[in-house]
Amino acid sequence: MEVLTDLEWVLACYADDVPENGGACIKHGAEQIAIYNFARRGEWYATQNLCPHKQQMVLSRGMIGSAGESCEPKVACPFHKKTFSLLSGECLSGDDYTIKTYPVKVVDGRVYIGVI
Amino acid sequence: MKSVVVVVGNGMVSHKFCEKLVAKSSNHQIVVFGEEPRRAYDRVHLSEYFAGKTAEDLSMSQASWYADHGIELYLGDPVQEINRQQKTVHSLSGVTVRYDYLVLATGSGAFVPNIPGVEKQGVFVYRTIDDLDRIKAYAANAKSGVVMGGGLLGLEAAKALIDLGIGQTHVVEFAPRLMPRQVDAGGSAMLQAKLNQLGLQIHLNKSTSCIEGAEHITGLRFSDDSLLETDMLVISAGIRPRDELARLSGLDVGVRGGVIVNARMQTNDPAVFAIGECALSDGMIYGLVAPGYDMAEVVVAQLAGNDREFNGFDMSTKLKLIGVDVASFGDAFISEPDCRTIVFEDTHKGIYKRINFSNDGRHLLGGILIGDADAYNMLLQTVNNKLALPPDPEDMILGARGSAATEGAGVMSLPDDALICSCEAVSKGNICGAVNDGALTIDEVKKCTGAGTGCGGCMPMVKDLIAGTMKANGQYIKNVICEHFAYSRQELYDLVKINKLKNYDLILDHYGKGDGCEVCKPLVASILSSLWNDLVVKQDTIQDSNDRYLANIQKGGTYSVVPRIPGGEITPEKLIVIGLVAQKYGLYTKITGGQRIDMFGAHVSDLPNIWEALIDAGFESGHAYGKSLRTVKSCVGSTWCRFGLHDSVSFAIEIEERYKGLRSPHKLKGGVSGCIRECAEAQGKDFGIIATEKGWNLYVCGNGGSKPQHAQLIAADIDSKTCIQYLDRFLMFYIKTADPLTRTATWLNKLEGGISYLKNVVVNDSLGIAAQLEEEMQLLVDSFHCEWKEVVNNPQLRKRFTHFVNAPEEKDPNVKFESMREQVKASW
Repeated sequence: MEVLTDLEWVLACYADDVPENGGACIKHGAEQIAIYNFARRGEWYATQNLCPHKQQMVLSRGMIGSAGESCEPKVACPFHKKTFSLLSGECLSGDDYTIKTYPVKVVDGRVYIGVI
Repeated sequence: MKSVVVVVGNGMVSHKFCEKLVAKSSNHQIVVFGEEPRRAYDRVHLSEYFAGKTAEDLSMSQASWYADHGIELYLGDPVQEINRQQKTVHSLSGVTVRYDYLVLATGSGAFVPNIPGVEKQGVFVYRTIDDLDRIKAYAANAKSGVVMGGGLLGLEAAKALIDLGIGQTHVVEFAPRLMPRQVDAGGSAMLQAKLNQLGLQIHLNKSTSCIEGAEHITGLRFSDDSLLETDMLVISAGIRPRDELARLSGLDVGVRGGVIVNARMQTNDPAVFAIGECALSDGMIYGLVAPGYDMAEVVVAQLAGNDREFNGFDMSTKLKLIGVDVASFGDAFISEPDCRTIVFEDTHKGIYKRINFSNDGRHLLGGILIGDADAYNMLLQTVNNKLALPPDPEDMILGARGSAATEGAGVMSLPDDALICSCEAVSKGNICGAVNDGALTIDEVKKCTGAGTGCGGCMPMVKDLIAGTMKANGQYIKNVICEHFAYSRQELYDLVKINKLKNYDLILDHYGKGDGCEVCKPLVASILSSLWNDLVVKQDTIQDSNDRYLANIQKGGTYSVVPRIPGGEITPEKLIVIGLVAQKYGLYTKITGGQRIDMFGAHVSDLPNIWEALIDAGFESGHAYGKSLRTVKSCVGSTWCRFGLHDSVSFAIEIEERYKGLRSPHKLKGGVSGCIRECAEAQGKDFGIIATEKGWNLYVCGNGGSKPQHAQLIAADIDSKTCIQYLDRFLMFYIKTADPLTRTATWLNKLEGGISYLKNVVVNDSLGIAAQLEEEMQLLVDSFHCEWKEVVNNPQLRKRFTHFVNAPEEKDPNVKFESMREQVKASW
């Protein structure tokens, strides 16, 4: 966790920009970042918006949910339903991809993302 | 140092040998020479080549299989010479390889009888894909064709000619019956009757004396001097082992051909083996693939240092010949007084069954089945395992009339070493063991035992064994939605309905666990829509992506837009609007299969504007994105068509308007045709309506797609009102009971009782729910709303249609187009 100290928190959007239990995409420089408002759990997550399977900029439009007894939070790509852990970015559908994840915090209705 | 194994020939048995050897040992360097230009292919299913399969489909292996396993493969390069002193082989192209072991798998060739004229053009043999290509090319100009030989291969060849569209196909057989090796006179007569019905003409007891014609064949002259005119001839009169190479190298061969081998498949040179159809074992050539595989196994065992022998092989077979079941098992021809025989004959259905059993009535010895071979597996097992016969042996072929014995119980009573899959030598014990170890589906069992990966004939037994073993273990297979809901779709549908629940999270809290997923969310969304028809945009994040954005996501992340065009009828004014909208937003336009116009390449942020323009011109959503009613296709009908009986367009529009927006377990398509010519292809739809002189015929549960299926007639000559009433009941019954993502065709196939049960429910109201179904449907019809309109008129909803929430005016810069035929396509 030592890298956390080097994080820069950038304002991504407002909390009500992201639908409850769904995602939205923000632009950060040339990067596209998907932000998920996991309202059912009171949690927020962020990942890259690109699905590595077919290189589509769509993860923010995917459905979120949980996997397994440990309730690992996940997102499913709307294209071919590849699922990814919102914690580790690991592909949960048995493929060898990992997506980038970002720390998120919400302060006073503003959503911040930690970027390095 | 690895020992070198050279395999001569690359047919099915050669391939299986390589597979088995690499699986068992890594101490061998394998080199394979094949005469044909392609890798080993499935010769058993050769006739499927004419039914649409490609050479690659028939191939036994992936293109890289040999290389992946370190096997040197020379194709189109037959071995010409074997030097047994130096232990080398020389191929046509000049390759010389030294071997430690040599395996002859040269197979067999077609036997061509010595009849004057066999060299004429239009005379073929039926053996390889190259033969098939030649037959196919010639058949294009042939109106009639003859197959010489009424055996198994001959009838396969006849099927191939029928598939090629030869109108007049004849089979000529020298013996007094068809399939003389497998079938008796009674069975042959029944088979002949069935084949005649299928348009095949059979000539028995015919000995061909010469082939007539100048350069090309024009007919066959028989020894009784009669003449059968034909444009082509396919000879399939038996096989001859390919033993010429063995002869040349001084190996012992049989008088009538075949490389002589001992029980270890060794020739008289202990370093040389022969397997498959070229091997003569105990005076017998085995012309089937399963014994060849067993021989391969025997040689692999020797090479791996184990001892195994080939002790003959059961030649029982079950096949489907031109759609007719034919099976022969055990001693099919033994007759009284050496045994007792029961024969069952049903000329109406074309069924012939014969069983031979021991004089003391205790054991089954063999038999023949024509027209219905469902009992084959069990009968064969009864012979091979010497199971006790029931007190009334006829029950074996007629079913236990009155008592409750089931076939599943029968399979489970087999001993553990009973051979279930003879292609891959898998026993009952292997299969049950795999189930006990956790393989609970057919695919899993196939994967870990290999059962059913050959001819597939044992699959029904494998299925019964899986079910039987699971039952014995107290396992219960329940059709649950996903890890979050331990209910079937139908159970959850009822729970949601009874408890009047309208919100996903609430339903998850009551009946599920965890936080849901991409399986249960859209499923619950579909149930909620089917029950209450609430706006899908109210709970947009539980919808599948297409339902969430009310458009179809396409390559590159743009969307396609399909406005509803009921029945495919559209005014010029509306056509112009579509053109203008597409022009304005740079959309690619295409006519869909459902008589509508699809506009592709819309950015998510343009969607509400596009819809607004379309709605202003009187369009509404076409629900092309939903698991819901898509279109009701129509032909032009009696208003314009000189054949039309009724106004199919008006009726199609009425029906499409009625069911538009109806959410269902899968998409729904309909069609209305104005006469029996069926231009709307209504019988390929989930529901199809065809005009008759007296009214409409209603068909249900048809499907195009990957597994096309014709819709089945559920009611004939009904009026429009009744037709809609039945449709209400049918659709609602489907929506309530189908598994998720199950089209009506699949649903019907799984429905116990099939179409007659469905007919009883829909037409005769056998469940007493017809009025309720109609009422539920009416509620949905009355609560229709255009989802596009809701978004267009709601600024909060509109806001969601942006790519970047922090830069709503910007579009996704990753979306790129290139031009093609004066339009755009996604750039990938």
